[in-house]
Amino acid sequence: MEAEAAKLIGAGLAAIGMIGAGIGVGNVWASYITALARNPASKAEIGANIWIGFAVTEAIALFALIVALIALFA
Amino acid sequence: MAAAADGHGGGGGLDPLHQFEIYPILPINIGGYDVSFTNSSLWMVIAAIVAYLIISRGVGAGSLVPTRMQVVAETLYSTVANMVRDNVGDAGKKYFPFVFTLFMFVLFGNLLGMIPYSFTFTSHLAVTFAMAATIFVTITIIGIMRHGLHFFSLFFPAGAPLATAPILIPIEIISYLSRPVSLSVRLFANMMVGHTLLKVLGSFAVMMGAAGILPLGLLVGITALEFLVAALQAYVFTILTCIYLHDAIHLH
Repeated sequence: MEAEAAKLIGAGLAAIGMIGAGIGVGNVWASYITALARNPASKAEIGANIWIGFAVTEAIALFALIVALIALFA
Repeated sequence: MAAAADGHGGGGGLDPLHQFEIYPILPINIGGYDVSFTNSSLWMVIAAIVAYLIISRGVGAGSLVPTRMQVVAETLYSTVANMVRDNVGDAGKKYFPFVFTLFMFVLFGNLLGMIPYSFTFTSHLAVTFAMAATIFVTITIIGIMRHGLHFFSLFFPAGAPLATAPILIPIEIISYLSRPVSLSVRLFANMMVGHTLLKVLGSFAVMMGAAGILPLGLLVGITALEFLVAALQAYVFTILTCIYLHDAIHLH
């Protein structure tokens, strides 16, 4: 296999890691809405923490993207 | 125009990583070490000056009916003050200046990076890891100074059965040591990936000609998202610092 082709395939494979982060971020917001529907009064308390959960989960997708970019360009 | 929205070079050339290039503005060489004043250093200085100007102009007036600048400064101050109070408690008051400085530096580093042709110094792992490592060492020293050797009980949660110690302690130590890595890589990855994405989409808009209106529309949305991410990552970086500080002060 040519090195260039292997590079492109590798970048594509690295991007698979984003599936998990996609499920994770969906889960974060789904839980947020469920929690709000059950107890709308808790909005102020959950509101700030949801962003931490979102940022921590989203970071995983970015790690995968970094690996893909390194495979492509570095 | 879109391609120039973020990055140097512009045009249709697809080199999305070119914008992260560091070049010396004022070459300095001391004892064989390259300590040049680079574009990265320049934007750090600009971020510090902008943060200083906003705060000093904001509190300068100090009127009962706040001016616009005063509202900005007071909002920034109270956001971080609430964050420290909620996450660390009263013992954290002493460390508020450190946390506030950190927040302002990261926030303005991220936001100034959104200016076309500017340089985002937070998109370099060397910068974010230096900050994260400083935070990690400082917080560990604070913890050891407050609790002495008792600080190491952080690695074994109280109430866990003693038999689980051989598994639990290595896991806790690894998770403690990985904090600076995850803290720095999160900020660096978010900023780098965001700016690369803008550049790639910008190149699409230029290359596609008349149909480039589609990626251009997407680019507008992504740019708005990047502003959110810039503020959010500064917030997350600071709040995680507060949580680590809480662990060091209160030991779980």
